[in-house]
Formats: sequence, structure tokens, C-alpha cells
Amino acid sequence: MIRYIRWCAYFCALLLVALLVNIGRVQVWEAAAYGANPANKRPAIARYAEPRGDVLVDDRPVTGSRDSGQVLRFERTYANGPLYAPVTGYSSQTYGTSFVERAEDAVLSGTDPGLSAFPLWYELSRGRPGGGNAATTIRAAMQRAAYTGLAGKRGAVAALEPATGKILALVSSPSYDPGTLSGTGPRAEAAWARLNADPAKPMLNRALRETYPPGSTFKIVTAAAALDSGTVTDVDAPTETPDPYPLPGTSTLLPNAGTGCQDASMADAVQWSCNTVMAKIGVRVGLRGMVEAARRFGFNEDGLRVPSWVSRSNFDTDMSQDQLALSSIGQFNTKATPLQMAMVAAAVANGGELKAPYLVDRTTQDDGSPVRRGAPRSLGRAMTPATALRLQELMVKVVDNGTGRNAAVPGLVVGGKTGTAQHGVGNAGTPYAWFIAWAKAEGTGLPGVAVAVVVEDASAVRGDISGNGAAAPIARAVIRAALPVPDPGPAAPAPDPAEGPAAARGPARPQGPARPQDPARPQDPAPARGEVPAPAAPVPEAGPGGGPR
Amino acid sequence: MTALTAQVAEPAPPPPDAHAPRRRGVELTLLAGAVLISVLGHLYVGLATTGRIPAGSARYAGGLAGAALLAHLAVRLRAPYADPVVLPIAVLLNGLGLVLIQRLDATTPAHLTADDQLLWSAFGAALFVVAVVLLRDHRTLQRYAYLSVAAALVLMLVPVFFPAVNGAHIWIRFAGLSFQPGEFAKILLAVFFASYLAANRTALALTGRRLFWRLRLLPGRVLGPILAIWLLSVGVLVLERDLGTSLLFFGLFVIMLFTATGRIGWIAIGLVLAGLGAYAVGTLEPHVNSRVDDWLNPFASIDRGEGPGQLAQSLFSFGAGGLLGAGLGHGQSFLIGFAAKSDFVLATAGEELGLVGLTAILLLYGLLVSRGFRTGLALRDPFGRLLATGLASIVALQVFVIAGGVTGLIPLTGMAMPFLAQGGSSVVTNWIIVALLVRLSDSARRPEPQESAA
Repeated sequence: MIRYIRWCAYFCALLLVALLVNIGRVQVWEAAAYGANPANKRPAIARYAEPRGDVLVDDRPVTGSRDSGQVLRFERTYANGPLYAPVTGYSSQTYGTSFVERAEDAVLSGTDPGLSAFPLWYELSRGRPGGGNAATTIRAAMQRAAYTGLAGKRGAVAALEPATGKILALVSSPSYDPGTLSGTGPRAEAAWARLNADPAKPMLNRALRETYPPGSTFKIVTAAAALDSGTVTDVDAPTETPDPYPLPGTSTLLPNAGTGCQDASMADAVQWSCNTVMAKIGVRVGLRGMVEAARRFGFNEDGLRVPSWVSRSNFDTDMSQDQLALSSIGQFNTKATPLQMAMVAAAVANGGELKAPYLVDRTTQDDGSPVRRGAPRSLGRAMTPATALRLQELMVKVVDNGTGRNAAVPGLVVGGKTGTAQHGVGNAGTPYAWFIAWAKAEGTGLPGVAVAVVVEDASAVRGDISGNGAAAPIARAVIRAALPVPDPGPAAPAPDPAEGPAAARGPARPQGPARPQDPARPQDPAPARGEVPAPAAPVPEAGPGGGPR
Repeated sequence: MTALTAQVAEPAPPPPDAHAPRRRGVELTLLAGAVLISVLGHLYVGLATTGRIPAGSARYAGGLAGAALLAHLAVRLRAPYADPVVLPIAVLLNGLGLVLIQRLDATTPAHLTADDQLLWSAFGAALFVVAVVLLRDHRTLQRYAYLSVAAALVLMLVPVFFPAVNGAHIWIRFAGLSFQPGEFAKILLAVFFASYLAANRTALALTGRRLFWRLRLLPGRVLGPILAIWLLSVGVLVLERDLGTSLLFFGLFVIMLFTATGRIGWIAIGLVLAGLGAYAVGTLEPHVNSRVDDWLNPFASIDRGEGPGQLAQSLFSFGAGGLLGAGLGHGQSFLIGFAAKSDFVLATAGEELGLVGLTAILLLYGLLVSRGFRTGLALRDPFGRLLATGLASIVALQVFVIAGGVTGLIPLTGMAMPFLAQGGSSVVTNWIIVALLVRLSDSARRPEPQESAA
């Protein structure tokens, strides 16, 4: 019997070995596959077990976390959802993440190895450090100014710091509250369905992901190409351009919206936005020169990340002469994101050097110690410094005594360019009103801020749409929020309760510590000073076939 | 033939050393360690799940330490030569079981079971003390063989008249208490098998007509009654849809028959028959059929879009545990659902203690089982040997069936992990098994009376 008891014991030992081998298989060999099974809720549970880190604007969180008490415990909240939606994006337990929420997800959700001094420890202990924060380059006052300016209209604003590429404002309108998508269940699903079905496309980030025909704002690129290529050496020399201008190789006549463009110099053409002159200059520069110049400004580049990807802005590389003429005034197939046009203004303001735009200034651990820091990065030279200087002068004239006078800010040097872009089949669509601008304090060489504004449905009345009327006041409000103005108005206005002291806490500007005037305040009505173009001035902007108004 | 005769004529093992050490101090030290580990686990779970020391800590620590101390005193006074490892293993496993149930309670606040389990554990420990004190010699049990089998059959038949719970007629619900009589029946059946086989093993081993080669037909006169009883019990269990226990009884019967007779051919035939029976039940009975399907393809329900089933969730749990585990209180094994505390309690151990912790737990069972077999080897009477073998096999088979089931090694059959799973009858039964093992090991290691008197 002894022998058989031993055999039984061996048999039981065999069973034990089988169990041990099998749990080894399950817990080590198959563990990764089980963990990656989409039906396994553990990654999601772990992801939402801790409050997510915050997205900061002016060092104040614009996001938050709410303990839902559910299995996926912490849900995202947004303090000012629609205002910052184009920056933050959404972080949804059902629909994933977008924009900064996506780009910095590893830091925000606490999985970034940089969050821990001892990543190996977390690896071993299977814990995870608390979510870190992502501090954006956005300045609350500018964001709010742009958002308020666009209120009720479709459009977008992008503002940059020319010297660094920091994105100071990024607004898309109409917007949405990403907080409605945060959780799981029917509420989030209903919100998702509603937002996606909305014909106004509130979830579309128009500043980064929508391309518009840039219209006359593109004339800055054409002018830079002309100066850099030597096609135009004297900006004040007459150009021998007929009005209207017959598109090369066709019998189509390109008109101007107003008068006074015949034989105008390039300086006047920029100042008064003459289609004929700039189209002809574009043709003289030639396809290769124009494509090259557009590329230097960032057109036709696919890989731009801020860190969210940005739609490609287009300038066709294979065109006939008449198409090139139209493209040189920002029509035909030329398309640009608002960010791209802000980059054009920034390159001019920054002496020709184009900085890569970026949105995340730094990421930090939850105690504030740094993880990574966004650094200015050059995208190369868009034009020579001399050209940039020349263009600055031309753009200042546009604002001082040209088509863009609604953007003028006393005490600041403001350069701008208006645009009214035709679009739609047979130009059936309501034109887009554009304004790109840069500004700096008087008597300083430092470029302060560059802005691009596009307004899609500027007005129901087609004839009233113009960059100066619809878009320039918004650019002006953003500029005023960006740069402290020696303000003759009521001194030291009370802080806007919505923004609190944060607006004053923005990074110190080289121009001094004075607080930028809040554009949202009633004493600063958006269409400023009632300045209208002089009656003698040509009415700007008309695309091909637009005909006289 | 020669081997069999040699077996029967085998001399008794050499008598234990006259100065056999009692090792009660070792037992006490191990017990202190087991209680300490359990209490630390209990505190850790509280801190991990609620952030503070749980309210019932004093009750838990006191109850466990008190039970361990009382059990130790009973052993020290009434079974001083008992194996010093058996009791500490039982205390440690029971303590860990309470920790795991306390941890799972944290995810099911509406259905708290840790206190019930503590109460049942205390009751089990009390029965341990009573059994060790009252049962002076295990051979007494031999006399009650037929009473045992009668009681076992009655216990197993009774649940048929009670409503099914989760598809199995194995519970008796009475006055708010639920009770699984099949658990007790397995001890009674082991006692009966051991007693019957010890009495008839010579006839079983040596007689019978030769069929072919070394295979002999066992004499029907001797084999008949025991075969009938085994068939009856398995039949009842199939009726009750308690497949795990019928598997256990089958295995117990085969192992004890083999140990008594050494007829390996019969084991083979038994296995073949059992395989055929299992195949028939597996194809015909939908409750079992679905479990076999689950085992063959645990993720089928995910592919069908119905989400992971219990077994898939259990595998996810084990996988999530990995090598070192998530740490007590940090796992998500509650995803398994309603059986997480009972059938699937091992998944929580796997997820939160990892491969390392789970291996340790399985080795504890292995150690317990090996001590049972050692006792069987050291004992001198056939009844004691068979009983020790049977009890050790019960534990081993039960651990294999349930652990193999929840880790996808074999099809899942509802069964309780000894000491770990939630369930009063199971804990009490296992304490009685441990009491019997302690009693048997005391007899096995006790020096010969005349030598100790010398």
C-alpha cells in the first residue's frame, strides 16, 4: 500500500505542476494579450482611476476632474468649455481625446515616463504617478477677446508670438462644450450625435483644421516673392497694369473692386488691395518663384504639429498663367488655415524668420516640477530681413491709411492686410472676410503679436462683407488684449471677474507691466472709432468674376 | 502477481523514533507567522481600499489569533505528536481567504460577507478543537462506516427537495442560512471507503477472475456494494447538477480503490468510463455543455459582441496580475461578477498577489496534501493509511478542479477553493479534514507505547 500511496502523491504532485505551468502561461505568457483584449476594461479603469492632469491657460487650469463614482471613476470637466475647446479638445471616456488632450495624453493621464523620477519603480509596483499638467501658450485675455469678437459668427482666430511661435489665441466659432462628451452613457452619446449632426460643425477646429481661400491676405506672400526674387525692386514704382487686367492666355478680365489701381505701385496695390497689380506681379514672379515663396511660408507642408496636426495649406504647384494670376491673389485653388495666415503675418513681423507655432509651453508633474518644455523652433526664413522690413512698412500703411483702418490701435504700430475671399461654385457662397495683422509697441523693434482672423458669414448682406468691416475689429481686439497700450481711456480698468487676476499674470511683456485692456469690456466696442475708408479710396477686394459691386 | 504478494506481505514501516520530537514550539511559531501575515494582509486591504484601518480589525485579528491559539492548545494537549505544519497552513489559508473576501466586500458594499465568513471560520475552528479533543483514536471511526455512508447519502439527497441556486441543487436554505451538505458528505464517504476497503482489500487485491494480461475482474461480491454506493452518489450529484463534486467523488473512489488494491488497469478503465460519461453529460446537459464551450473558447462571447464571460474575466484577472500582482486592493477582479468571492476567489489572489503569490498559495496546498500523504505512509493501520490518503486526495482534487477551472486548464466546475472561497459549509468541512489529518498524524508520529513508557 505504501507504494500506491506514493504513486497517489506523485499523481497529486503532477496535478500541482500542471496548475503551476498553466498559471505561468496565463499570468506571464498570455498576460499581454489578455491586457490588450479590447473587452478587458482594466486599462480604461486604470486610466480613469486618478484625476486627470489639467490643461493650464495663464497657469490656471481650464479643465477639471469630477468623481463620477462609476467604474470609470474620474470624468473630465471644463471650466470654460466653448472658449477653450479648440485648444483643449475633449477627453471623453466614450470618444477618446482630441487636440491638447490627445497630444499630451500621456502626461495628463499619468503614463508619461517623465512624470516619475523612478519610472522603474512604477513599472514594478504597477502604480502610476498622478496626472501631470500641460501649460499652454494661450493667453486668456486674447482668447477671450477673439472669442467675444467672433460671438455669433462662424469663423476662427489664430494669434502668434512672432519671435517664438507661441500660439497666444486659438478660437473657432461656433464652439461647443467638450464637457458634454466627458462621461459614458446616453448623455455623452446624445451630445456626440447632436454635435456631429449640427450643420454649423461646432466641433470643427476652424483655426487649425479648416482651410479657406485666403483672398487678398495672400498678397503679402506674393509681395514677398516679388521682392525676394527681384521682380519688384522699387515698391513705389508704377507697374503698368491695366484695370481690369486680362488674365494671361484668356479673354477673362480681372477687375478690381474699386478705382485707382491702374498702373499702381506695389505699395499702393498692397495698401488698397489691387487685384490686378498683384495678379500681374505673381505672373511675373512665375510659377516656380511663387510656389517656392509659398512653401517658405509653410504652404504645401503636411507635417505641421502644434502638437496637434494642422491641415495642409495649399498653393498649387502646376498651374497655367491665368490660374497663377488668380492664385497670386489668394483665389483659385489656394487655401490656407487661419494658423497659416497668422504665420504669414508673424514671419513679416519677425524680420522674415518663420517660427514653428506651438501650443504647449511646458508639461509639469502635478507638483509643478517640469517634465518637458516647449522650445521655439525655426521653420527657416520666409523672406530676407530687408523684404520683411519693406513689407512691414506696406502693411502699416494698410492700417494707417488703407483698407484696414479698423485695426488701428493708438500707441501701437499695427500692420495688417485685409481679404475678402470668394468661394463656392460661381462664387455663390457668402465671401469670407479675412484680416491678418501684426502689432508692436511704438519705438521698439520687438515684434509683439501676429493675428489672423477669418469670418465665414460676416453678414447677411453680401455687399457689406469686407475684411476691414468684419475681421479687422476682431484682430484689433486681440491685439489690444495682447499688448499693453498707453491707454488714454479710463486708467487701470477693474479686472474682468470672469478672468480674475489671471489676465494680469501673463508673461511679462517687453513693453512693460501695464495690463492690456480687456476687449470684452463695453467701453471698447468692437468696430472701433467709426473709422471708415475715405470715400476716395478704392473699395477693396474682389475676386475674379466678382465684378463691380 | 509477485509484486502484489510482495505488497501485501510488506513489513510495517520501522517504528518512529522513541524520542520523536513533538515540535509543538515549531507549530506555535508557524501559527504566529500565519496569523501575522493574515492580519497584515487584512490591514493592507483596509488601507488600500478605504485609506484607513478597517473597523473590524480587532475582531479579525483577535478571532484569528484566538482560534489559532485554542486549536494549538487542543493539539498540544490531545495530539502532541501531530504534524506541526498542518494547523499553521490551515490558519494561514483561512486567514488569507478572509482577507480576500474582505477585499472583495469593498467592491460589493451591498453584499458584505466577511463577517459571516469569520463566524463560520470560528465555528470550523471550534469543531476542529472538538474533533481533536473527542476523537482520541482515528480507528474509532472505522466502526461507523455504514452509519457514515447512510448519513452521506441522506445529506446528498436532501438538497434535491430544495430549489436550485444558479442551476445546481446543492444548497439547503433554511432560516436564512445556506448550507451545502455535499461538502460534509465527502468526509463521510472518505471514512466509509477507507473502512470498507481496509476490511476487504485482501479480497479485492488477490481474488477475481483473470481477464487478460494482468487485468483481473474484481470479485463482484466485494466490489458490488462499494461500486453501488459510488454510482448512487455520483448519480445523485448529476441529478443535482453538481458536476464538480461528482468529479471529486469519482476521483476519490478511484484513488482509494487504487491505493487499496494496486490495480492500475481498473483505474484506466475507470478513467475511460468517466471520460465517456463526462462526454455524454457535456454534450447532452446544456448547463455543462456551455461550460465546456466556455473552456474551449473563453472569448467567444466577446466575438459575439456580448462582452467577456466569467471565465474570460477570470483570465483577464490572472493576466492583469502578471508576475508580482497589482497589490491587495488594487485589482479589478470584481469585473468577474457574482461568483468572484466563491468559485473565482483565486482570480483575486492571482490578480492582486500575482504569479508569485498564487504559486505560494498553491504550494501551501501542495504542502498540506503532501503532509497528508506522509501521514498515510507513516501510519501502520490500513484504515488510517487509506483515510489519510483519501483526505489528502480530497484537498488535492478540489484544488486542482477549481484552480484548473478558473485558469482555463480544464472546464469549469463549481467548487469551493478550500479555506479561500466564501462559503460556510466549505470552511467547516475543511477544518474537520484538518482535524482528522492532525489526529492521523499524531497517531503516525506517536512513539510505540512501551518505548515511550521506557
